[in-house]
Amino acid sequence: MPLTAGRTTPSYGALLLRGLLAGLIAGLLAGVFAYSTGESRIDAAIAIEEAAAPAAEPAGDGHHDEELVSRDGQRAGLFLATALYGVAMGGLLATAYTLLRRRLRTDSDTRAALGLAGAALLGIVLVPFVKYPANPPAVGNPATINQRTIGYLSIVVIGLVAVWAGVLAARSPREGSPEWLRAVAAVAAFVIVVAIGYVLLPSIDEVPDTFPASLLWDFRIASLGTQATLWTALGLAFAALLGRIGTRDRAARERSDIVAA
Amino acid sequence: MPDIQAVRPLSTPAVSPRVLVTAAGVVVLLLLLAYLVAFDQGAISQSGMYLHELMHDGRHLLGVPCH
Ligand SMILES: [Zn+2]
Repeated sequence: MPLTAGRTTPSYGALLLRGLLAGLIAGLLAGVFAYSTGESRIDAAIAIEEAAAPAAEPAGDGHHDEELVSRDGQRAGLFLATALYGVAMGGLLATAYTLLRRRLRTDSDTRAALGLAGAALLGIVLVPFVKYPANPPAVGNPATINQRTIGYLSIVVIGLVAVWAGVLAARSPREGSPEWLRAVAAVAAFVIVVAIGYVLLPSIDEVPDTFPASLLWDFRIASLGTQATLWTALGLAFAALLGRIGTRDRAARERSDIVAA
Repeated sequence: MPDIQAVRPLSTPAVSPRVLVTAAGVVVLLLLLAYLVAFDQGAISQSGMYLHELMHDGRHLLGVPCH
């Protein structure tokens, strides 16, 4: 009895839907992590800002003075932010999966999904974080927001290019080259691109001398953990949902085999 | 007999021009969503700074530049 469908072929829509759902799950989990590790640090930073406020510029200059949303509202808004961000990243991951799946050179869908999520974690979180680490409220200078945003987006692009360069380099040695040589080539290409980015982009350090170093450190770890939670959960959830397509289709095929037999 | 092979890899849809166009549209929408969460300062949201302030803790903890 020949099997008609050798492989299951989900549509882009089916993959996208799973990416968006995985992103929602990952975003909410990242929100839980951010809430439990980051909120107390944000409160502490705001307290420092407010203690310094009367001496500094008059109200109306910084938008934090406007009180559009209460602190409780912002605590709830944290989950909205991470959920929507997760949905956006999940959809992008599913799109990348659709476009790149055939080039990933693995039979394992789980490895393909986790590999893409890992590449994103490296390229759009870790590389940018080392150059422009996260800052709590009360640290940034509003006058440089445009410059900081352009720098940040540039390093995100450079991080993705660096990962891509690493993959290309790993594949460039001749057929049959030892694995260590591929690994060395990949790391070298990645490091070179990242180093060029770090040197060319301006350094920005706006942390006031008086800001407590331990609070800054704790906030940055909370921020990094939030992104790490998001991408880890996104990769795992997307892989799990992909696995379910395969299982369901396989079950359907087995049923049709039984009917045919 | 059902096939013995436990896990079959999924093949993805062939990247036809139609899939490419759809994907391009989806990417634009998703980037707009990410922009709204992470970078908008009232320009797109049309609600002044309300959405910016609502998602302010998230922006800082996601590590994107803010004030
Ligand atoms: Zn802000």
